[in-house]
Amino acid sequence: MNWEIIIQYYPKLLEGALLTLELVVISGVIGVLMAVPIALLRASKTPWVRVFPFCFIYFFRGTPLLIQIFLIYYGASQFEAVRDSVLWVVLKEPYWCAIIAFTLNTAAYSAELFRGAIQAIPKGELEAADAFGMSWLLKTRRIVIPRAFGIALPAYGNEVVLMLKSSALASTITLLDLTGMARTIQARTYTPVELFTAAGVIYLVMAAVVIGLFRLMENRFNRYQYYKPNVDQLNVDKP
Amino acid sequence: MSVRKIIAAVTLVAGAFAGTLIGTQAFAGDKIRIATEGAYAPFNMKNEQGELVGFDVEIAKALCAEMKADCTIVEQDWDGMIPALKGRKFDAIVASMSITKERLQAVDFTDPYYTNALAFVGPKGVELKTDKASLKGKTLGAQRATIAGQYLEDELGDVVSVKLYDTQDNAYLDMATGRLDGLVSDKFPAYDWLRTDEGQGFEFKGETIKTESVDKIGIAIRHGQDDLKANFNKALKAIVENGTYDAINAKYFPFSIY
Repeated sequence: MNWEIIIQYYPKLLEGALLTLELVVISGVIGVLMAVPIALLRASKTPWVRVFPFCFIYFFRGTPLLIQIFLIYYGASQFEAVRDSVLWVVLKEPYWCAIIAFTLNTAAYSAELFRGAIQAIPKGELEAADAFGMSWLLKTRRIVIPRAFGIALPAYGNEVVLMLKSSALASTITLLDLTGMARTIQARTYTPVELFTAAGVIYLVMAAVVIGLFRLMENRFNRYQYYKPNVDQLNVDKP
Repeated sequence: MSVRKIIAAVTLVAGAFAGTLIGTQAFAGDKIRIATEGAYAPFNMKNEQGELVGFDVEIAKALCAEMKADCTIVEQDWDGMIPALKGRKFDAIVASMSITKERLQAVDFTDPYYTNALAFVGPKGVELKTDKASLKGKTLGAQRATIAGQYLEDELGDVVSVKLYDTQDNAYLDMATGRLDGLVSDKFPAYDWLRTDEGQGFEFKGETIKTESVDKIGIAIRHGQDDLKANFNKALKAIVENGTYDAINAKYFPFSIY
């Protein structure tokens, strides 16, 4: 193990890690915003409303992310119509192609998670909302979305960690994310063990932060699950 | 979801460790596993049947025939080439690899089997001056882990935006879409590509690039494999003398590249 190489190139790797975080955060946020309406449509009782979200989710869950990235980056650019349109300003940049691919991919996975969560809300709570005479919109805003959010949270945390790792594929379209940076440096130094170990450690740290954040959020949003009654204050006779 | 790259890295690391463990074990004399990339026409590429073909492959086969060795030719991604050689996934690399000081620290090379040069390629009808001042602000591409890529990073990295690709084909593809103003590539494969349908709209720009040393292409083997090295060198000398080399050369280029 050549520690000098690791120390020498650590700033570069951190620079790559920053791009990785940027890609994951931006596409993660847009992805969730897209996923909520898609999940609501997907959970609809009217069959034709479910068609579009079903196809969208089916495509993006059913094909490899690498293929999706290549289709957007190398595929779309094959058409002159695309190159001449205003879309080219965005699609020309590998950065935005990666963001688009990651966003659509994570939106599809998250939508399916949220759909499951919406359908897992205890019936009684929805009936209670109906009994109060809440409109569909009010019920969705006050009951369905907040409850589904709590239910989906642990699974969604998982999805974010998976996305963090999948973002390594950005290196295939010339982006110098953490993996891209490690590959480019090792192409020159021929020290793959050192560089990929260092990159792996940075991924572990980033994953730990994501896992920690989601644990905090779970404690907050699902606190009813963690609540322990304080026996001393309940005035009950101790056995 | 794919974590392919990470898996590849881990396999590679595991391979490298396994390599050190069995480091003392010798290989069976006449069985040689040769790796090539398969994405670097006309030197190594795949035909319609998916077989590896090209100048490198034919040279490798001619050398094996000369040495009367039992060779298998395997495919390997370019940027994992040297680590995999060191990890004993194969015994030699015949993949148009330039002999450089950095690489010599990691692996050993046989005598050169051809001489390469670098050149700029850009779209026809667009002026692309190749001196440093005129290139300012341009986006130029090259394949990752190549002399061309290092040339861009070292010589022009401060004025141009450098994009590195996994394969040469992807760099061509991105130049065709206009994402790149031009690219730096090894001259002979570019010569070949410019004659294809895809290459019709492009041409060489400026002079052939002069790197500090003449760019010789050799066969990479692990350090300490002196017998193998001697055998390769002897066979190479033989095929150059008996005309086999020239015959292969003529199939690909109308000029000698030795």
